[in-house]
Amino acid sequence: MKLEIRGVSKTFQSKRGSLTAFDPIDLDIREGEFVCLLGPSGCGKSTLLNIIAGLDKPTRGEVRVDGRVVTRAGTERVMIFQNAALFPWLNVFDNVKFGLNMIGVAKPERQIVARRYLQMVHLAEFERAFVHELSGGMKQRVAIARALALNPDILLMDEPFGALDAQTRDVLHDELQAIWSNTRKTIVFVTHNVREAVVLGDRVIVLSARPARIKQEFVIDLPRLRQIESYAVVDRARAISALLKEDTHASQRDVAANVLHELEAQMVGDDVL
Amino acid sequence: MLDQKNIARKIIFFVALIAAWQLLAASGIAPEYIFPSPVGVAQTLARGFANGTFLIGVATSLQRLLVGFAISAGAGVLLGLALGRIKLLDETVGALVLGLQALPSICWLPLAVLWFGLSESAILFVVVMGALLSITLATEAGIKNTPPLYLRAARNLGARGWKLYALVILPAALPAIITGMKLGWSFAWRSLMAAELLSASLSWGLGHLLSFGRDLNDMNQVVAVMLLIIAIGLVVDRALFAPLEARVRERWGLGAQ
Repeated sequence: MKLEIRGVSKTFQSKRGSLTAFDPIDLDIREGEFVCLLGPSGCGKSTLLNIIAGLDKPTRGEVRVDGRVVTRAGTERVMIFQNAALFPWLNVFDNVKFGLNMIGVAKPERQIVARRYLQMVHLAEFERAFVHELSGGMKQRVAIARALALNPDILLMDEPFGALDAQTRDVLHDELQAIWSNTRKTIVFVTHNVREAVVLGDRVIVLSARPARIKQEFVIDLPRLRQIESYAVVDRARAISALLKEDTHASQRDVAANVLHELEAQMVGDDVL
Repeated sequence: MLDQKNIARKIIFFVALIAAWQLLAASGIAPEYIFPSPVGVAQTLARGFANGTFLIGVATSLQRLLVGFAISAGAGVLLGLALGRIKLLDETVGALVLGLQALPSICWLPLAVLWFGLSESAILFVVVMGALLSITLATEAGIKNTPPLYLRAARNLGARGWKLYALVILPAALPAIITGMKLGWSFAWRSLMAAELLSASLSWGLGHLLSFGRDLNDMNQVVAVMLLIIAIGLVVDRALFAPLEARVRERWGLGAQ
């Protein structure tokens, strides 16, 4: 098994008391599988992704990659964040080369690899552009190229298309499916958009409201390339939506979900600094 | 169009101001050594540049300023980086820096004279004390306010050790550092002028020319040198720091300040 999540739970401690983000979660993900984690906002799915990335520590349990326990961030598991997190002081080309520079790839090879992935995301002619000159969709493409350049085994995507307009998102869904077909990366994709999960995932894991647990799993065996308005996708999404709806109501009543959101942001800061 | 109107208003205002000044001076309400005329000041400026004294003054002062500022900038960024990242240092040295910042830098002059004598080193010391602390504090603030997302993304892409500092933490803080440099530059300029005024026996900076004008009862020279000091301060701020700051803020995706 490529990725094993074993009894992972997370409890945040603060002055206002403790808050359980999720109960022990067990999940296995196969090599080359595209898994979507779907749940109401504030249910702790981003925290789970951070734990897999090694950017956050579980309170209990462990994450294993190829049988080895994850203890810290590593370039075989690269995260793509909701707002791309590109470095504004570097141009597009240097952003894509950043990780290669960090892991000590020689300069000529960095250039070749970075060009290859910029071509893959159709941004070859923007390599000299700076981040503030790019649209939201272009930023996410650069972030994808920057992650792929490190040739990670696992891509962790935290609502990467959540802030984009619908047209851009549809195009990026196509591109991501194509990239996945070509590279066969293992992808864990967090979203609260049901149709997005159905379009992208081999498997959709539905999480409950906080404290999150795995509520149900759906295997999506539709042929690719899937389109978001296709009847089959909408049909599958309907069943999942119904299941999710109960919990969304629950989570909106749950003031603590907002507190958790704040805590996640704080914890992440403390952890790094 | 608004810009043109704006500029036109400014020009009209300053022309009117100078005309009023000239009229007042010509009316003879006070002797020239009390109230100089714009024509007299202009003549003094022209003469000062023609015989080289003003050029030497500008060069001497700018040289002191550049050396002092370079030391402050280098040391201030390093110190600010250390304070921003090491909690123990922040709680101890950080408190000291904050306390010292309350002291106008010219108050270091007596101490500097006792330590270094009335020398270039004493002036340099006062300039450095003027600029160093504000650059340190601005850098520290910039480091502390680095969006955690950049650090997480960087660690996730394999950055650690000195590369994390040099290629992520410092560049992320650059907008704050440049604002600190701009502030530090203007503090250094003020400190230098004060120090030169109070140490007139050294070689001829602008502060000395100002003090010398007073000694000669030459009000034209006093005002001419004041104008020069204003001009240099404005030019560096508007021509160097303001565009740099605007460019960096734009590129870093920050709004105008």
